[in-house]
Amino acid sequence: MSGFQDLLQFVFAGVTSGAIYALIALGFCVVHNTIGIVNFAQVDFVSLGGMFLFTGLFWGGLPMALALPGAVAGVTLVGIVVERLGVRPSRSQNHLVLIFLTIGISIILRGIMKLVWGKNRMAVPPLAGEEPLRIAGAAILPQAVAILIITAIAIGLLVIFFRGTRLGLCMRAVASNQTAASVVGIPVGHVKAASFALAGGLGGLAGVLVTPITTLSYDVGVLLGLKGFAAAILGGFGSFPGAVLGGVMLGLLESLSAGYWSSAYKDVAAFVVLLFVLFVRPKGLLGK
Amino acid sequence: MMTAKDNLFYFIYLHRTGLTVLALSVLLLVWPLLESNPYNLGLSNLIAIYAIVVLGLNLFIGYAGQISLGHAAFFAIGAYGSAIGTTTLGGPAWPVMIVVALAVSLVALAVGLPALKLSGHYLAMATLGFNIVVYSILVQWDHVTGGPSGFSGIPYLSIGSVVFDNEIAFHYLVWTVAMIALLLCLNLVRSGVGRGLAALAEDETAAAALGVDTRRAKVKVFILSAVLASVAGSLFAHCYAFVSPDSFNIFVSVDFVIMVVVGGMGSIWGTLFGTALITLLPEWIEALESYKDIIHGLILVLILLFLPQGLVTGIVDAVRTRIALSHHD
Repeated sequence: MSGFQDLLQFVFAGVTSGAIYALIALGFCVVHNTIGIVNFAQVDFVSLGGMFLFTGLFWGGLPMALALPGAVAGVTLVGIVVERLGVRPSRSQNHLVLIFLTIGISIILRGIMKLVWGKNRMAVPPLAGEEPLRIAGAAILPQAVAILIITAIAIGLLVIFFRGTRLGLCMRAVASNQTAASVVGIPVGHVKAASFALAGGLGGLAGVLVTPITTLSYDVGVLLGLKGFAAAILGGFGSFPGAVLGGVMLGLLESLSAGYWSSAYKDVAAFVVLLFVLFVRPKGLLGK
Repeated sequence: MMTAKDNLFYFIYLHRTGLTVLALSVLLLVWPLLESNPYNLGLSNLIAIYAIVVLGLNLFIGYAGQISLGHAAFFAIGAYGSAIGTTTLGGPAWPVMIVVALAVSLVALAVGLPALKLSGHYLAMATLGFNIVVYSILVQWDHVTGGPSGFSGIPYLSIGSVVFDNEIAFHYLVWTVAMIALLLCLNLVRSGVGRGLAALAEDETAAAALGVDTRRAKVKVFILSAVLASVAGSLFAHCYAFVSPDSFNIFVSVDFVIMVVVGGMGSIWGTLFGTALITLLPEWIEALESYKDIIHGLILVLILLFLPQGLVTGIVDAVRTRIALSHHD
């Protein structure tokens, strides 16, 4: 295989995992913009997406076309429940308290997943076939193509949602100034619940797309999710274009350092570069 | 006119911190006589080691109002630094411990300086990333660290001819260090630096306006907490004579944070309580092994929802309010 084909292969792998990181990062940003916290339960939304897909396909016997949207809807619902039962009843609005709350919720969600689905690794079938496609000499899994197409569609829908729908505009208003938003009659509580729902949906979507490649277990989302957080920080926390850019850059960084340096140290490379970027540009690449 | 009884109460109230420290020291001094089961002593030693880390972390979270999800990494560098320094390089244990702690302070400076310029979220990411980097290196760099199977054969500590090689000796060693750390923290929070930190946690802008050099204060307390974690790590390595990467992953960092929250952010005494509770909890609910995570998470969530100031401070406050109300009637 020539050097160019290698490069193409690495770039494609990087963009694919980058798309997943971007989806997770968007979930982190949505909640951060409306509530101002890091929602660590986001990492479990990813695992839950895979779990619901697995359950729909094998326990419920549903076809993929139903199980996939069903799983995403399920995690969306979990997002609402988490906000309603876990975050909203908090007596303190201190960000430190709220962030640690989401860590507690994340531990509970992982405990429940371990209880329901066990600790074993499970395999989720891909959306499309398993036969790799050949593009300019590089072998590409159909699932990777599916990930890129669906992520692109999801980001497109998100743009329309934030620019064209009432709820999306309300969310942006709350993100920009919560007090002002409530003064003009925007139901801030509903908007916060909606932001958790959206975060759940995005995390769940990342989960259903990535688990056919990784394999599924109750803690699969932890490292993926934390990389999503890293992507959000890299792009500038709270910035949606930043989340997408950060995700793709982190994915590329990882796959190129795995390809040309050492696959054992790819996480190290990714996080060292992240720390370095923060050193040079403290607010992230596109942060304000 | 104050009676003798009033005088006594006043004396106790005035010296409540010192008296509590004294009582705790006496209890610790006689503890090995009361408790001879090595397993239980091992648990109380583990509490002491964790308490050293969590005391520092509580200064950083509770007083400086910052988030660190990476203190297990400093704990790891202390442990592996001492392990490699005394075994592979054959250095003397105590000087190695000090050199490692100094090295950790430089690492903390390098991580903290850029990260502490930023608000909490970026720091949470930087410390989390740092923890993942350190953990990956421990697992992957196996010809130096022993890889996933761990590093064994670490020598015991000794002073002169006294070798700390059994649970009772460990008890006096680790609790002495823990009490020094406790006194350090108790005094620090009453000093100008500590009051500056408390102001910083409350409102950074206001603290800066009142002349607290907020960034410098944050970096200082971050380094102090990292050094405490490193010393605790060294003790951990020398007491167990064995270390493996799983004692230092991000979930351990999260456990340290839970200990801070359960004891009460900004409560020094609460730290001891929180550390003890979270360390002992798995022992008590062993029968409920499969529910362990859920119970752990529920405790954290319920405390944060209903007593966000922590169990100790929260309950004390609630009792005080009750007493005040009953006097009012």
